[in-house]
Amino acid sequence: MTETMVGILLATLGAGTPLVFAALGELVTEKSGVLNLGVEGMMIVGAVCGFAVAAESENLWLGVVMSVFAGAGMALLFGILTLTFQANQVAAGLALTIFGIGLSAYIGLDYTSVALTGIQQIHVPVLSDIPVIGPLIFSLDPLLYLSFVAFGAITYFLYKTKTGLLLRAVGESPESAVSLGYPVIAIRYMAVLFGGAMAGLGGAYLALVYTPLWVEAMTAGRGWIALALVVFSTWRPARVMVGAYLFGGVTIIQFHVQGFGVDIPSQLLSMLPYLATIVVLVLISRDINTIRLNAPASLGKAYHPSV
Amino acid sequence: MLKIEPRPQPSKQMAYLSPLIAVGLTLVTGVIFSLLVGLNPLSAFHAFFISPIDDLYGLGELGVKAAPLMLIAVGLAIGFRSNVWNIGAEGQLTFGAICGGGLALYFYEVESAWILPIMILGGAVGGMLWASIPAFLRTRFNTNEILVSLMLNYVAILLLSYLVHDPWRDPDGFNFPESRLFSDSALLPVVLEGTRLHLGIIIALIAVVLGWIFVRKSFVGYQMQVAGLADLAALYAGFKRKRMVWIGLLVGGGAAGIAGLCEVAGPIGQLLPSVSPGYGYAAIIVAFVGRLHPIGILLASLLMSLLYLGGESAQMDLGLPSAITGVFQGVLLFYLLGADLFINFRVKITKTVATRSVGEVAS
Repeated sequence: MTETMVGILLATLGAGTPLVFAALGELVTEKSGVLNLGVEGMMIVGAVCGFAVAAESENLWLGVVMSVFAGAGMALLFGILTLTFQANQVAAGLALTIFGIGLSAYIGLDYTSVALTGIQQIHVPVLSDIPVIGPLIFSLDPLLYLSFVAFGAITYFLYKTKTGLLLRAVGESPESAVSLGYPVIAIRYMAVLFGGAMAGLGGAYLALVYTPLWVEAMTAGRGWIALALVVFSTWRPARVMVGAYLFGGVTIIQFHVQGFGVDIPSQLLSMLPYLATIVVLVLISRDINTIRLNAPASLGKAYHPSV
Repeated sequence: MLKIEPRPQPSKQMAYLSPLIAVGLTLVTGVIFSLLVGLNPLSAFHAFFISPIDDLYGLGELGVKAAPLMLIAVGLAIGFRSNVWNIGAEGQLTFGAICGGGLALYFYEVESAWILPIMILGGAVGGMLWASIPAFLRTRFNTNEILVSLMLNYVAILLLSYLVHDPWRDPDGFNFPESRLFSDSALLPVVLEGTRLHLGIIIALIAVVLGWIFVRKSFVGYQMQVAGLADLAALYAGFKRKRMVWIGLLVGGGAAGIAGLCEVAGPIGQLLPSVSPGYGYAAIIVAFVGRLHPIGILLASLLMSLLYLGGESAQMDLGLPSAITGVFQGVLLFYLLGADLFINFRVKITKTVATRSVGEVAS
């Protein structure tokens, strides 16, 4: 029984981690006042580029690095459109997702039947032999550890550093930030690129650890769920983590329900994460003030320095 | 030195010019792309844009694919004009196909001229029902309609997959996940002999006219446009935001639902696990490239339809993957959004360092 529970918890961690990366990245982007709806597109391009490079070079870590750059590259496109060309952020984000899904299908054609051995767990000597917490804490894969580090670093950065404060100030009021002499557009570019890199990492986790495979459209809406998680978290990193593992759990339940002898068609079970997303969105936005008080005040609004 | 400064008034010419610039730049990108992958740009251009429509059948196919795009985009544009972001057209299309197609299966034994109108109505109601979920959650619980409508796309597609795998599977279909073939009286008639062009194109053209009337002549259309341009002004004038959310989503959902029904009762002729090659998403691009205007949408849907056909023909003639269609759809929208900058801003050439803007002095 404990073994099954540990198995389920591990699977939950694994399923939640792509969401952790993507949602934490989007959180930073949104804190700067930019709404990038292209997470799904950045994630899937990150996944396919990472997988392709890993397959060609037979070096998984080179693949991970490629994912990061691919995600950031996609984000750069978004940044140029919305920050330099002042395009509508909603439309540009949608364009990024449509483009990313097409591009990834094109790049990934030669890799659909390629098998890779994914990134393996690290077994900390001695400690990983402890029952329950050994497998749950001391024998995870390195990217999962990286996601914990990212959570800590982002929380510290946003709330304990001057640059983090500046980033949040830009998101609240770009006008005040610019009048104090801070480069609003440059800061937003940084935040957008970081968000893209993190979405790319999320893609890398899917393609190089979680599955590890390349399948067309394999992100299956995880980028959108990550966006919903940011709202659900009311823009707080710790709640992003909770939300991501909650969704990881929902994803895993569908594989176990049938194992417990409950006869529900698999397609209906696969709806669970999407329905759960809608439910949590409703719960969190029910009170209009929760969103109004917590969302960065300039979120989604274009800002031009000379206006 | 080049400097970008706001125009005193948005440029009308640029608003019409920018889709053309975007199409031009997309073509240039296509030429560069074909050079990069070692293709002759001329033969690539021919394969993509000429050979799919060089005969009557090809022209019919252009209409077959333009019809759903046109219909959905006209519906979506009405919402987009008032900042109601319905990106769930793919799901509304699918649910419309489920409801309308379900009626076709239910009346399988019946031969009557009434079946088709009932199915079309079923498609419209299905699409509207699916769109009413984000509308209700937005107006009642303030829930983001972008994310809800998008999530429902996945739910609708999974529902269709379940239906054709199990309860609605063709009993004589060798276990393939497909419904029965619809009976003749449940199929849309072909309107052009020698092609597959079906009644759907007439419905789409009617929608263009209705859309035009709605935008130009009706008070609600005017209210919704004001709400899109200036939220506060609309509020001040007493236009009800909630009503606009409902109208925007229901019109878009209804149009997408009819488009879905027309696909299954037209070129497909039965229910399959997948009934749309992403029309619901492509229609978003069509709406933008068409400037949210019915006439613009008509032209943009033909262009986007050609991109679909071109992708298929490039696959056959040049061995390029059809995924290339999605890439160029995205590229087109990128260029359009970029070119739109010049509607509200203009480039001014200034004489180097001497003139510095306020922003630069501050930093």
